[in-house]
Amino acid sequence: MTKGILGRKVGMTQVFTESGELIAVTAVEATPNVVLQVKTQATDGYNALQLGYQDKREILSNKPEQGHVAKANTAPKRYIREVRDAEGEYSVGDAIAVDTFQAGEYVDVTGITKGHGFQGAIKRLGQSRGPMSHGSRYHRRPGSMGAIINRVFKGKLLPGRMGNQKRTMQNIAIVHVDVENNLLLLKGNVPGANKSLLTIKSTVKTNAKHPEVKMAGAKPAAEAQAEEA
Amino acid sequence: MRQNNILEKLTSTQLRTDIPEFRAGDSVRVHARIVEGTRERVQLFEGVVIKRKGAGIQATYTVRKISSGVGVERTFPLHSPRVDKIEVTRLGRVRRAKLYYLRALQGKAARIKERRLDVK
Repeated sequence: MTKGILGRKVGMTQVFTESGELIAVTAVEATPNVVLQVKTQATDGYNALQLGYQDKREILSNKPEQGHVAKANTAPKRYIREVRDAEGEYSVGDAIAVDTFQAGEYVDVTGITKGHGFQGAIKRLGQSRGPMSHGSRYHRRPGSMGAIINRVFKGKLLPGRMGNQKRTMQNIAIVHVDVENNLLLLKGNVPGANKSLLTIKSTVKTNAKHPEVKMAGAKPAAEAQAEEA
Repeated sequence: MRQNNILEKLTSTQLRTDIPEFRAGDSVRVHARIVEGTRERVQLFEGVVIKRKGAGIQATYTVRKISSGVGVERTFPLHSPRVDKIEVTRLGRVRRAKLYYLRALQGKAARIKERRLDVK
């Protein structure tokens, strides 16, 4: 069973852990997602929750969209994604906030990587450069195209568009959950540029066994909620 | 670079407010907490601040001292909870923000003039 939430990458910063170490973290803002549809084995052939994130103006949505969100009694959403086999009982219109996750949990983060445009074989594929001197006249080229058979084999590594692809990073630790500001702090980096959409799901590899890191001076989510009440 | 507002707000809770004002050229005594196995003790690191770097929670400073004839530099995060306190022992008058030139000097040449607060 998985938990999931949609969010926006805010940017990276550093925080001190409880042991006093300064670690790099990525902040993800996830204002409460709305459950737009509950898919079940019986009606749809699989179980999933359809989540909507970030309101958009009515004028940017069409009639079918408006009808779809009206069932959940909410505004049209900019991003709609599904979480398969979601944990817990939800009905249409429910909100999923960052407090579904807790500090110390591990997640997989999916995003669209930064686009780099058309790049050569060295930057894009990690190939090596030829000698710059001694008259080699061979510096950053992609190498031989293979035997002369009037075509190039499929899969030959060549320059081309780099980045702007959907990528998932697995086993990222949650360092801190800020319920008040709808923020998740993830250890290290995540794919994509700032402000881009991220899908955060509980990790598929459950054997995560790293030492736990938590933000110093941070209240556990439950305590922070109790204080508000 | 100025940080994003959300990030600033987030990290502001971890910033220390008990840090004295000091700049490159000043001499400081850093009370660093060191964990040895299970025991914790305070180690003094005393020397000249050769640089300050960064802003907000990323801010660091580097202290240089000569330990048994060998130059030792240590960089601390400014807001580190592992530092008990920072004492400023001497104010120095320097004309650079980063005192990398001290690395090439030793003895008399590596002295730094004292900065007086009342001098205009």
